[in-house]
This record gives sequence, structure tokens and C-alpha cells, in this order.
Amino acid sequence: MSTPVETEAELEVDEALETRQHHPSDLQYIGIAAVLAVLTATEVGVYYLKANHATIVVLLILMVLKFTMVVAFFMHLRFDSPILRRLFVTGLVLAVVIYSSLLFILGIYHV
Amino acid sequence: MAELTAHGAHPPSAAHATATGISNAKMGMWAFLGSECLLFGALISTYILYRHKAVSGPTPHQLYDIPFTSVSSFVLLMSSLTMVLAVSAIQRGDERRLRVWLATTALLGSVFIAGQIYEFTSFIRRGMTIKTNVTSGAFYVMTGFHGVHVTIGIVMLLSLVNLSVRGKLPQSKAEVVEIAGLYWHFVDIVWIIIFTVVYLIH
Repeated sequence: MSTPVETEAELEVDEALETRQHHPSDLQYIGIAAVLAVLTATEVGVYYLKANHATIVVLLILMVLKFTMVVAFFMHLRFDSPILRRLFVTGLVLAVVIYSSLLFILGIYHV
Repeated sequence: MAELTAHGAHPPSAAHATATGISNAKMGMWAFLGSECLLFGALISTYILYRHKAVSGPTPHQLYDIPFTSVSSFVLLMSSLTMVLAVSAIQRGDERRLRVWLATTALLGSVFIAGQIYEFTSFIRRGMTIKTNVTSGAFYVMTGFHGVHVTIGIVMLLSLVNLSVRGKLPQSKAEVVEIAGLYWHFVDIVWIIIFTVVYLIH
């Protein structure tokens, strides 16, 4: 006899197995890598433009896009269990908040 | 836990006898990577803090070779592709392709490290050592830590190739490759940030 807790655990196991089957195909991975290569080339192109606030914003957006694509598709975080997403995002958000605050306090960012 | 397995909720190959269906090793790796965000966050922030504080000597910005570093970054980015193809190969049970992709990933990682050694050597020849100023110190510590992580990744990959050659890495152990892959992709995403924040944004 399964207890309600066990049934819930079984469902999570099934969910974990099911998500694994939704990983991209090899061809899709190559397509993602091609997009990443184009984004990197764009970054380098933007670097050679006259540096101003707009180019910095564009470079940061491209960086976030590349980061998200690798984490979501190559590291399978988009398809894996939400628990893993929470684990990683917690560390990432902590790092961004703590160090941005520190740099702000130490006067690196000027408002 | 034992009951879960008895219910047949997951195949023996998955070996995930945990309440969440995720192995402890995989969960541990994700927790480790979450903590690594804080480590690299500290190193990158320290560099940002000191990047304009040098009072003597050449600074990294005066010596950067952006075309060269762009090629290095591209090589590391493509190693993430070969890594994910290795994971895909073992999940299909294709051990020959697994070895090819793992070896290719290790090779691309080695090319990246060779590039980093060349860059460091070139900087030192042009007068920027770790002691030259606070900016150079922060730069070498940050990129050096990243380089050490890549080197550990290469050792991991070569060990996996060795295990596979000896027939000790069957399809049922696909998760071992997946976990090594998570580590490898992490060093790639750290470089994605370093390349933009440190090299491209002045």
C-alpha cells in the first residue's frame, strides 16, 4: 500500500524521468551553438563601436542571453526538476545581490 | 526509499532512490555550482573594484588582445557543444561517439588553457606581473582561478575517456558524464561573464 507521501514522491520520480526525454536533439544543440557563436561575434563587433552607455547595455544583454542559453539548453535546467533550478538560481541571485550592493556601497556605480 | 524501487517507479539504470527522483550526486553538483557563483562573483567584483585603481605600470586594459581572446572564448564556447554531444551520445548508448566528443572537449579546453598561458606570458613580458599593481593582481587571481577550474575539468574529461576505453562507463552510468558536463558548462558560463565584463567593457 502506498502512503500519500510515497505517491507524491513517485510522481516526482516520473516527472524527472519524463523531463529527461524532452532534451533537444543533437541537431538542435548544433543550432543553439550556432546562435551562441553569432552572439559572440556580435559582442566583438559591438566592442569596436564607440564605447558609450548604449554599447555597454547591449554587451550586457548579449552576455545574459548567452549565459541563459547555455544554462537552459546545454545544462538542461529548462527541462530538469525545478528543485535544481532553485538551487542554482539561489546561488546566482545571492551573488548578484551581494556583490552589486557591495560595489554600489564602495562607490563603483554612480547614480 | 526501498519501497519506491519496489514500485518500479524508475529503472535500475537511473539509480535515483531518493524522494525527489534526483540523485544526490546531481543535486550536490548543482548546489556546488550555486556556491561557485559566489566565489566567482567575489573574484569578478574585486576586479571591477580595482580596475581603475592602478597607480603604476601597465594595466590589463592597455595590454588586452581582443581578437585573440575572442577566438579563445569561441573555442571554450564550442567545447560546451562537444560536451553536450558527449552526454547525448552516452544517453543513446553510443560509447564510441562518447569517447570522441569527450576527447574533443578536453582538446578544446586545452587549447583555451594554452591561450591563457600565452596571454599571461605575453603580459608578463610587457611588464605586467601579479605584483605590478592592484588591477593586475585582481586580474591574474580571477583568470587564474578560472584557468584552474578548466584544468580540473580537463582532468575529469580525460578520466572519463580512460574509464570508457576500459569499458567502465556504460550507458547506465550516463549521469556521471552528465554531472561532469554540468561542471564543464559552468566554467563556460563563468567565462561568458568574464569575457564581457572584464575584456569588452572598459
